[in-house]
Amino acid sequence: MSAASYNFAYLDEQSKRMIRRAILKAIAIPGYQVPFASREMPMPYGWGTGGIQVTAAILGPDDVLKVIDQGSDDTTNAVSIRAFFAKVADVKTTTATTDATVIQTRHRVPETPLSDRQILVYQVPIPEPLRFLEPRETETRRLHALADYGLMHVKLYEDIARHGHIATAYAYPVMVAGRYLMDPSPVPKFDNPKISDCAALQLFGAGREKRIYAIPPYTRVVSLDFEDYPFERYRQSGTCALCGADDTFLDEVVTDDKGGRMFICSDSDYCEKRRETASAGEKPHD
Amino acid sequence: MTDDAPLLSARGVTKWYGRRLGCRSVGFDLYPGEVVAIVGESGSGKSTLLRLLTRQADLDAGTVSYRMRDGSLRDLAALTDAERAVLRRTDWGFVHQDASFGLRMSVSAGGNIGERLMSAGARHYGDIRAEAGRWLARVEIDEARLDDTPDTFSGGMRQRLQIACSLVTGPRLIFMDEPTGGLDVSVQARILDLLRGLVVDLGLSALIVTHDLGVARLLSHRIMVMKAGEVIESGLTDRVLDDPREPYTQLLVSSILPA
Repeated sequence: MSAASYNFAYLDEQSKRMIRRAILKAIAIPGYQVPFASREMPMPYGWGTGGIQVTAAILGPDDVLKVIDQGSDDTTNAVSIRAFFAKVADVKTTTATTDATVIQTRHRVPETPLSDRQILVYQVPIPEPLRFLEPRETETRRLHALADYGLMHVKLYEDIARHGHIATAYAYPVMVAGRYLMDPSPVPKFDNPKISDCAALQLFGAGREKRIYAIPPYTRVVSLDFEDYPFERYRQSGTCALCGADDTFLDEVVTDDKGGRMFICSDSDYCEKRRETASAGEKPHD
Repeated sequence: MTDDAPLLSARGVTKWYGRRLGCRSVGFDLYPGEVVAIVGESGSGKSTLLRLLTRQADLDAGTVSYRMRDGSLRDLAALTDAERAVLRRTDWGFVHQDASFGLRMSVSAGGNIGERLMSAGARHYGDIRAEAGRWLARVEIDEARLDDTPDTFSGGMRQRLQIACSLVTGPRLIFMDEPTGGLDVSVQARILDLLRGLVVDLGLSALIVTHDLGVARLLSHRIMVMKAGEVIESGLTDRVLDDPREPYTQLLVSSILPA
């Protein structure tokens, strides 16, 4: 079968309409998990089927798509999804954050601030922040309905009791617009402040769990904490070995089998742009 | 609000499980500071009644009313889910026979006690922890066990922890379902002693479901005897136990092994 026989962006129009309705509902109730009839996608659950369906539903012919996986444009997941949409939607793709209109992401928020002309689509493995505290879905829905979120603080309490600090490093729970408790997908808590008051629309798709949720632009998103143990961002202390940035989220890269390692920006596009401007102007100072 | 107005009031409480009877036409008043025991053999409808009173199950007929903190008597069925949830986690306490119903077994003792405080809006780790420590000491558990999980606790300690978890928000009414079931006699005695002390000190009202007449005698002021889903006899505890009127109650009382 040739690519031409697919409908634009793979999904049929009725499916896209269904997903768009769920997205609209999600935007209307920030942080609320809207059930939707998740479709089979030509890839396994866990590879971003939720994010892909959301992207497919919002993509138009003039959009420019960027896909990142752990901040990087060139890992398998990112390359495959970008190629997928280049083929089935024939849209322009890019690796430049500023050029993209739709950015599908797994586990990171780009370092470059987003604009109000962009949409960030998250791939979500487990949408329910209370899942590991309360396994019953009926019960967690009731807790959401009653805004009964003491349980989430029990988790943070346990962190402090066991580790002396809030050890939750990713998927750090947030309150959206003062109402719904939300799992920001497994982004490092370093990214949590970027989610709040963000100019771009943020959409979250969980394919296996069949849930879509959203944070409208400029919505206040607060990371949970205690008065005496306030929320803290975390990054490896160090600078990027490639671009020298000392304020970005870093990946640790093992370079040999003798304990050699280096830290580099996890956001590959941000890192490249910094190196380009550095070599175009003056040499980096190291 | 005066002390002669009932705290909890049940009228004609009835529940059918299909064609089988859960309980029928149960009515009573529980007054502030009073401890009432519901006794009867297994399957007599004791636990069903408790579930109905706490609205964990819906009634087929009858009403259960509760006097809120503002003094108004409200039909529990007319409360919103949110109001009932608040009631359940602040004004009521629960001690279950199986501690795993009442506790999070993989969360530390401090986290278990703190959960109600955090639900009520406490957001200061140090304060929550200090309060949890105080309650642990109050139920006679070594404060050094604050960060241990209940699954490392003995049966008696789990029951004590449940009591601490229930009482930390200063409830007015505590529901207990076989609080000392499955514990050995000496541990039972110490828990009953603790409960009796706390009920008096805090001026709590309590509703205790038990098949153990000894527990009822030690803790309760009044007693209701259930058989086949109905209350067949009720009255002051010593009156019912020392001078049982119904043949079934006589049988129950005479079934106690002499010490």
